[in-house]
Amino acid sequence: MISALKKRTVRLKIDYLDDWRIIQDRPAFIFTAVSVLTLFILPAFVSDYIIHILTQVVIYSIAVLGQNILIGYTGLISFGQVGFWGVGAYVLAHSLKLGLIPAIFLAGVTAAVVGAIVGVPSLRLKGPYLAIATLGFSVAFFQLVQNTPAISGGRMGLFIERVWGIDSPYELYCLSLSLCILFYLWGYRIVKSNTGRIFVAIRDSEVAAESLGVDVSRYKILSFMISSFFTGVAGGLYAYFIGYLEPTMFNITESILMFSAIVIGGIGSVFGSALGAAFVIVIQQIFVALKEFIPIVFAIAIVLVMIFEQHGLYGRWIKLKLYFMNFPFR
Amino acid sequence: MLLQIKNIETVYYDRLYVIKGVSLELNEGEIRIVVGPNGAGKTTLLKSIAGLIKDQPRKGEILFANQNIARKSAEKISKMGLILVPDDRGLFPELTVEENLKLAGWDKKTDSYIFDIFPNLKAKLKEISNYLSGGEQQMLALARAILKKPKIMLLDEPSFGLAPKVVSELFRIIADLRKEFGMSFLIAEQNVRASIEIADYGYIIEEGKIVFQGTPSDLRDSELVKELYLGGSVKKPEKGWQLYKRKRRW
Repeated sequence: MISALKKRTVRLKIDYLDDWRIIQDRPAFIFTAVSVLTLFILPAFVSDYIIHILTQVVIYSIAVLGQNILIGYTGLISFGQVGFWGVGAYVLAHSLKLGLIPAIFLAGVTAAVVGAIVGVPSLRLKGPYLAIATLGFSVAFFQLVQNTPAISGGRMGLFIERVWGIDSPYELYCLSLSLCILFYLWGYRIVKSNTGRIFVAIRDSEVAAESLGVDVSRYKILSFMISSFFTGVAGGLYAYFIGYLEPTMFNITESILMFSAIVIGGIGSVFGSALGAAFVIVIQQIFVALKEFIPIVFAIAIVLVMIFEQHGLYGRWIKLKLYFMNFPFR
Repeated sequence: MLLQIKNIETVYYDRLYVIKGVSLELNEGEIRIVVGPNGAGKTTLLKSIAGLIKDQPRKGEILFANQNIARKSAEKISKMGLILVPDDRGLFPELTVEENLKLAGWDKKTDSYIFDIFPNLKAKLKEISNYLSGGEQQMLALARAILKKPKIMLLDEPSFGLAPKVVSELFRIIADLRKEFGMSFLIAEQNVRASIEIADYGYIIEEGKIVFQGTPSDLRDSELVKELYLGGSVKKPEKGWQLYKRKRRW
């Protein structure tokens, strides 16, 4: 038993590929497989309301992961995510004739191009100054959409029709979950690749990265593009899921909400992004009758995370996992 | 002449003159040291050479292999073969030793020579670099720089925070690197006693200006160096306001 326990607890990574693997061993494989199957199958037996919340969580997870790559891994604070989210949503709404998947892809690509432009100030600005510059982009996007009926559909807003036979809440959920899994696998690959290491290098010491010959400007823009691609895809998916768009859906509160999701979920963690997204969506549903208290709940959650668990819910999850792996030893 | 710096001037915020007309040279395979008190401009000088201060140096030329690299980007300068190891070592604390090395292009198969120079690192490949000792962190920073195969390495206070034994080991490695790879070093140091042992030439910088230069024996014989940097006695002590200012700075 002791040897089995040792095998389970003292599992050292022996080469770099080992570190790359998403699923490290057999128990992890079983846990992941069961979780994914449960996520696909279980919602078939729950109410549409629950499916609606789950779909929101899944879509939001993609956007939060995008923002986490930018903030958590590259260290570039951006409050412009709602702008990319909106770009994705409106591009999908206007390009749905191409088909759902091409429209989602186009939404992501357009958001990435906009992200590259918005990322230019990051070459000169840092920290709170960059945050304010990107906040300006969010506000500008909101104003642009609100004052351009050709984009927003005017006072009536923009209705999005269903295409490609994906109509029922469960079908939409399955589509969103499939995309979410793909994006999480991709996100995991990015952060574990050389590109991901360079992002972390820029975050930790820009001077050292530059003196090692890293083209910091290029990688900062790349990080903005990847992040906005993720957010744009999520925005497009969200637009299709909701079926209706109006400018007030893209106000600055959304950016702050996404930022809260990162802090609560775990800055610089792929899995933490999903936990953070789940937290902010579920809390909003729990306090649906007391909407005024939602910002207070988030504020308290962020303060608690900052004091007790800087790695957010993901940090807690790791501690919990270690506790059970080492049980009954500490 | 591999590196020739001609009368450079670095200014912060358009009004804070940190480097005021510094000129120095570095030949192939040479080790030169720049010593001076805190705030003298050593770090700014090295950063200006490495292109890490945007749009600086404002005046003057930096000729590296006969090309003017003044105001070029750090990335281009690094690719040309001039690398700075910053005073905080510039490690990426959350990455492992292996990941830090990989960022400098380390290849497991072809770059094993790095462990002949730094055997300690081999056993610590999987460790998070933040948890290494100060000496090991410095070794990792040097290893990472060597992997880029530079012609010139600029070292900013490499002995900072290290035990005397580790410092002498570090300077021995630097001397070996010069011998083995023919690299040139420009080292900014406060530890004059240790760095002078391996240096071919030295500069003393105060308030952004070179106030004294010479060979190691010149430096050792200099009353100024003895008094302010080596802690020796002075036969005829300098008097007056100048000495008071120097002592205060030191």
